[in-house]
Amino acid sequence: MRRAWILLGVLAPAIAASPTAANAGTLAIVGGTVETASPAGRIPDGTVLIRDGRIVAVGAAIDIPAGAEIVDARGKIVTPGFMDPVSTIGLSEVSLEPSTVDTNVANDRFGASLDAADAFNPRSMLIPVNRIDGVTRAVVTPVGVAGGVIVGRSAAVNFGDAAAAVDRRHVAVHAMFGEAGAAQAGGARTAAFARLREALGDARDFGQNRRAWEQAGRRDYGLHHHDLEALQPVLRGELPLVVHVERASDIVALIELADEFGVRLIVTGGAEAWMVADRLAAAGVPVIINALANLPHSFESLGATLENAARLAAAGVTVAFGPDSTGGGSHNSRNLGQSAGVAVANGLPWQVGLAAITANPARIYGLEDVGQLQPGFVADVVIWDGDPLEVTSYPDAVYINGRAMPMESRHTLLRDRYLELLNLR
Amino acid sequence: MINFETRLHASWLAGCALIITACAAPPPGTDPAATTGQSMPFASTYSPPPGAPTLLVGATILTGDGTRLDEAAVYFADGVVKAVGTDLAVPPGTRVVEARGKWITPGLIDVHSHMGNYPVPGAVAHQDGNELTSPNTAGVWAEHGVWPQDPAFNTARAGGVTVVQVLPGSGNLFGGRGVTLKNVPARTVQAMKFPGAPHSLKMACGENPKRVYGSRNIAPMSRMGNVAGQRAAFNAARQYLEKQERAAQGKGEAPPHDLNLETLAGVLKGEILVHNHCYRADEMALMIDLAREFGYHPGTFHHAVEAYKVADLLAEAGMCASVWADWWGFKLEAWDTTRENAAIVDAAGACAIIHSDSPVDIQRLNQETAKVMAAANRAGLPVTPEHAIRWLTSNPARSLGIAERTGTLTPGKMADVVVWNGNPFSVYAMAEQVYIDGALVYDRHDPDRQPKSDFELGMTGIGGGL
Repeated sequence: MRRAWILLGVLAPAIAASPTAANAGTLAIVGGTVETASPAGRIPDGTVLIRDGRIVAVGAAIDIPAGAEIVDARGKIVTPGFMDPVSTIGLSEVSLEPSTVDTNVANDRFGASLDAADAFNPRSMLIPVNRIDGVTRAVVTPVGVAGGVIVGRSAAVNFGDAAAAVDRRHVAVHAMFGEAGAAQAGGARTAAFARLREALGDARDFGQNRRAWEQAGRRDYGLHHHDLEALQPVLRGELPLVVHVERASDIVALIELADEFGVRLIVTGGAEAWMVADRLAAAGVPVIINALANLPHSFESLGATLENAARLAAAGVTVAFGPDSTGGGSHNSRNLGQSAGVAVANGLPWQVGLAAITANPARIYGLEDVGQLQPGFVADVVIWDGDPLEVTSYPDAVYINGRAMPMESRHTLLRDRYLELLNLR
Repeated sequence: MINFETRLHASWLAGCALIITACAAPPPGTDPAATTGQSMPFASTYSPPPGAPTLLVGATILTGDGTRLDEAAVYFADGVVKAVGTDLAVPPGTRVVEARGKWITPGLIDVHSHMGNYPVPGAVAHQDGNELTSPNTAGVWAEHGVWPQDPAFNTARAGGVTVVQVLPGSGNLFGGRGVTLKNVPARTVQAMKFPGAPHSLKMACGENPKRVYGSRNIAPMSRMGNVAGQRAAFNAARQYLEKQERAAQGKGEAPPHDLNLETLAGVLKGEILVHNHCYRADEMALMIDLAREFGYHPGTFHHAVEAYKVADLLAEAGMCASVWADWWGFKLEAWDTTRENAAIVDAAGACAIIHSDSPVDIQRLNQETAKVMAAANRAGLPVTPEHAIRWLTSNPARSLGIAERTGTLTPGKMADVVVWNGNPFSVYAMAEQVYIDGALVYDRHDPDRQPKSDFELGMTGIGGGL
């Protein structure tokens, strides 16, 4: 925080340095290189004007209203906040302490109807840790249901207001195929695929014959009626079905299944997605990948490559980055910028790399006013001390819904305590 | 990401995130054969690959000992560094590589790897890193479970890694002996073994051993049981050693040869270096006292997410802490981390190392270190690139007892050298050329210098992004 206040002092020494003061009126972030992650692209020496938690203007020649609080971002890079599109933040605190983990269940009753929003903790200690490094939002997802391939519904959350953190309760239904799905379904992809087909087929039948089912005039279904209900928006195309899958042939099978049922598919994982990039592009299926995955971690990812993102984007596929599972998962969503940077170093255009952790994750979930510095969008804005995709860059200030966030976490408090104790400061 | 979390936990249970190192100014180049008084079995058959006398000119050089040279050159021949500086005179016929705009560092050294014993693919058949049949398996050797065809050796090399220590996992109090390898393509592990490098002992404290055995209702079930198990084992080793010494003086029978006790006795004799997987500050202090009780050097703490809390104790004990840049939160003993962990350890005068414990992160140790360096600078702990590179070169060399041989670009040392396309402390940095003992073993611009393992033949795309 200290650094942010120094910045404020440059142009507006009279402004009270408190986060709440920033909320009251209009905020103008001036002089920075503005990376909008929108069609406007990069705006050198740009201004971002914020009022009532929304962006009201972005550009090079913006009139700043009298009385606006001014933040000097000269020499800095200004971006939208980053978004973790497949997050367990707020659902999993200490991974190996089951009492703190709400991502995985062992039950034989529910699947699709399980709601991440019901378990999400907006006061998770993971939030400040990731927020001070520029992550402002997430789609939080259930992870596993023992014996099931459909694991529940995700929610869109912001990291700025614990009292109103859930922006949308239902943004997608999540499922798994490939090795993980096969393991849950009894050991083979055939069974996992049959489960997916059964779920979608039963849900369609249920939706068309709900009255008959309620009068016990319809056959039994393999799924609980709550799950069948949860799948209705998927069948109507209102919510996407997000499936974790790695192997190229598995991806193609899912594209065909989604086409059969008229379902909007999103692929996560996608280690071999580049091998079927044309099919994905033609079907309009976005892919959420781990940008660092280049090893044959399993026999379903033998084709993994650091050029996955670049090849997919070149083919016209919308790409977003999820957290690196091997590097701490959502505990380290803060490394999304590094993921994007590695993809850029391996051929992805820089602007696409930024979009893959801002605009794209929002867009693929239908979050229309998130992830870009555009008028009308939520004012999640990060002021960086350098290239936001660079491992040596950190935020000087983070705004969520127009509010300046405190730039501290347990980790910075621990650091400061022990720097004092060891007489290193 | 479903799979990722699951796999992550599986790998921890398997013993990934569980190590300790033996940092402390160990006797360099100790001959492990001395441990047993007989010729060392499974001896190294490593022979340096062929290389040409080479002069790299015009680069920014981080020598690994804290020095930065601009517009400078390094000359190596016969497998060793001959000179570093400007205006070097070299013999005619020397291969000259224009490296203007490039950065040169010593080869990176990872003290915590499971390549080969937890290789990719992570198949059931490949779980060779944890002998979870007893809390004390000091007698097993990591090298006996290393699959040299692990494709991860190649991607690590492409990230500038020239030396790795492969360790047993941390499920046991005493996981077994670690092995230090030169990261060259080879058919056998013997052909990778760093000649003369000391053996190490992998120890573990904290959650892993007590979880693995406590869940079976056998000791250790608690941290108390952990320390009791460690003390009992070293007591037995002390008696074993005393018997051996008395027998050598003609007083009584030598004890029956025991693989576990041989390893622990090697530690007591200072010939085997301790690498101790330990997260919590209070447990590190206990491990230091354990070493004092039995008179061995406590070595290197691995993972050590709370090392910053006892950085002064580590310095006083002459230890290294080998840590991640930012992994945290996967278990409770990994809860209290801070980005500046390594930098605080360093600032307090202890030996700081960034390690990977991961075939993914080992490809980007430079980036991991960059994150810490930048965070430290913002927090008021100045760290320069020429200093930070020590966390990946000379400090890990010290931890492994090979500092006299490699880890800095010092004349006479092994010519383990990386040419980067720019400042290595960047997300865009790429190792362009990697030399081991003066031989060009990786060239980013020459497919013929990008070795593939047997496993990779005939497959689409493995490592294809490199």
